[in-house]
Amino acid sequence: MTKRMWALVAILAVGLAFPAAGVTKSSGGTLNMIAWEGYTQAQWVKPFEKSTGCTVHAKYAGSSDEMVTLMRSGGGSQYDMVSASGDASLRLIYGKDVQAIDPTKIPDFKNFGKTFQSPPNNTVGGKHYGISLQWGPNTLLYNTKKVSPAPTSWAAIYSPKYKGKVTVPDNPIQIADAALYLMKTQPSLGIKDPYELNSTQFNATINLLKKQKPLIKKYWATAGQEISDFKNGNVVIGASWPYQTNTLVADKAPVKDLVPKEGATGWLDTWMVSSHTKNLDCAMKWLSWISTPKVQAQQAIFFGETPVNSKACAIMDKLSKGSCAQYHANAPLKYFKQIHFWKTPIADCGNGQKNCMDYTKWQSAWTALKG
Amino acid sequence: MAERLDRAQGLGGNRAGARRRLGGALWRRPRLKGASLLSPPVLAFVLVYVAALVALFVSSLWTVDSFTGLTIHSWTLDNFRELWHGAAYHTVAVRTILIAAAVTVTDAIIAFPFAYFMARLAGPRLRAVLFVLVLLPLWASYLARVYAWQLILNSDGLLNWSLGKLGLPAANLAYTNTAMWIVFSYIWLPFMILPVYAALERIPHSYIEASRDLGAKSGRTLRSVILPLALPGIVAGSIFTFSLTLGDYITPVLVGGTSSQFIGNVVYDSVNGAGNLPFGAAFAVVPVLVMGAYLLVARRLGAFEAL
Repeated sequence: MTKRMWALVAILAVGLAFPAAGVTKSSGGTLNMIAWEGYTQAQWVKPFEKSTGCTVHAKYAGSSDEMVTLMRSGGGSQYDMVSASGDASLRLIYGKDVQAIDPTKIPDFKNFGKTFQSPPNNTVGGKHYGISLQWGPNTLLYNTKKVSPAPTSWAAIYSPKYKGKVTVPDNPIQIADAALYLMKTQPSLGIKDPYELNSTQFNATINLLKKQKPLIKKYWATAGQEISDFKNGNVVIGASWPYQTNTLVADKAPVKDLVPKEGATGWLDTWMVSSHTKNLDCAMKWLSWISTPKVQAQQAIFFGETPVNSKACAIMDKLSKGSCAQYHANAPLKYFKQIHFWKTPIADCGNGQKNCMDYTKWQSAWTALKG
Repeated sequence: MAERLDRAQGLGGNRAGARRRLGGALWRRPRLKGASLLSPPVLAFVLVYVAALVALFVSSLWTVDSFTGLTIHSWTLDNFRELWHGAAYHTVAVRTILIAAAVTVTDAIIAFPFAYFMARLAGPRLRAVLFVLVLLPLWASYLARVYAWQLILNSDGLLNWSLGKLGLPAANLAYTNTAMWIVFSYIWLPFMILPVYAALERIPHSYIEASRDLGAKSGRTLRSVILPLALPGIVAGSIFTFSLTLGDYITPVLVGGTSSQFIGNVVYDSVNGAGNLPFGAAFAVVPVLVMGAYLLVARRLGAFEAL
């Protein structure tokens, strides 16, 4: 053989060897995700990327509405996945922005709490549009020094006792909190589900909110805003998330929260897969990874919410003592009965009638309420 | 000289010749020269600024399907009809305009004596110091300045603490429209002081001496000589303070109360919240019209000569 031929063989050999090495390393691709801030921490994203070869690019969204808008931008092909909350997920399902997946391909699905396997905010007609991730209740938060006796009912934020010291979220889905209160206190209205309101029920709810408005100091826009308002005494009671309570308690602020006797609304987030994704393989791997007990526990403690995988409890306690009970990760089924998880209001009332107020109506009513 | 030029022409060949002919042609026709100088910036202006406005107006005539969230590209005045009939939108628009007007008047009242002192009484060194003080807040982030006001106005903030020390009752200013008015007035004040200063500085001292020689007391001189000559400056400043307040949407979120929505907040909510860009665009046409009317009045008052 001539020198030149040896060179050719060498090049061929190198060429054959390297792609072979490359294939095992990166079978993956890129996953473009829309997520809540804190949902794609390096702590659990890095090991995922290493073991699957799929790269994660996350864009944080500030609100459910923004998530829906982003998923629809550019014809819906820009993002592969979204960590949608219940007030966004039905909009995405009915808008055909996300696709149904087979949950039996997710090994940990069978370990999910019964409530979270087929919740109405991500399962439509028996089809699973993504899998549940984490949840949390919308609690009643109060300053233990300024509010006594300790409240047991949501009535505390609708009665004039704490006028000018009340705060509630600036979010149209807050209408459901008022509807839940009416469901328990005014049975004659016949509210069965705080997210399915006909026009009479809806108007009664809006009237309650109008009466509440003079009592309110601020409709809070961000969790940080509510935290500082509780700290500096602008407000003493309000609707909140466990995250705010944890932060305030860590800062030694005199606050406590509870799920009042009427029950509470809550959020349940779902990882959903875009109908237009070119990376279904990576997306399914992400769904499997994010529902493993360890990642579930890591995320729960990082964000201050509750995992849907019941096996995460033990790991949570290992990571932070007592956190499993603190976040109700081991709560019995009857605990969930009192939590009404967010879902997008749609015209279909679920009882065959189509006269319910849809989310657009909720939004314009909220804008009009703020005036 | 001529020989060198000729040689250069010879070397450069036709290109230099063409350039000279073009230069000559432009020199002979000043209009052509003006047009060719102006056309690049004008073109950029039309493409970037006017086209954006036209796009805004065009999209305000579309609607969004509330179920699928897709834009329906058919012409309709529905968005404007909803604005016209929605009482809440009237309240928001009127509030925005009234607060912008209140901020403008407040800034004019504060800025005039300040600018007068700077322009006519302060020595050159003190003037430089005052200039720095006026511009200093602009070096800090807008957000940082709004947050600073939150700290002042909070329930247990600086204001109530001071009032308490003086034995006065606490002022409940956090999250009110009054708080918005105070914060806006503070934030946009430099934009009023500078044009008023420029207008006052241009008044020849001889005018004031002449007024005095004719027997006018200082009040009369102020009313009949200084104010009319400073008016274009005040109007120019008011264009800044009014339009900047009119378009804001951050301060209402941070220091406004339960009834503090601005036009900008409703636009933000309808675009980012409801995904309803057309409705947001329709509402955004309102401040454009308000500013258009304002600028027409300002032009009549001679504001553009002071800019």
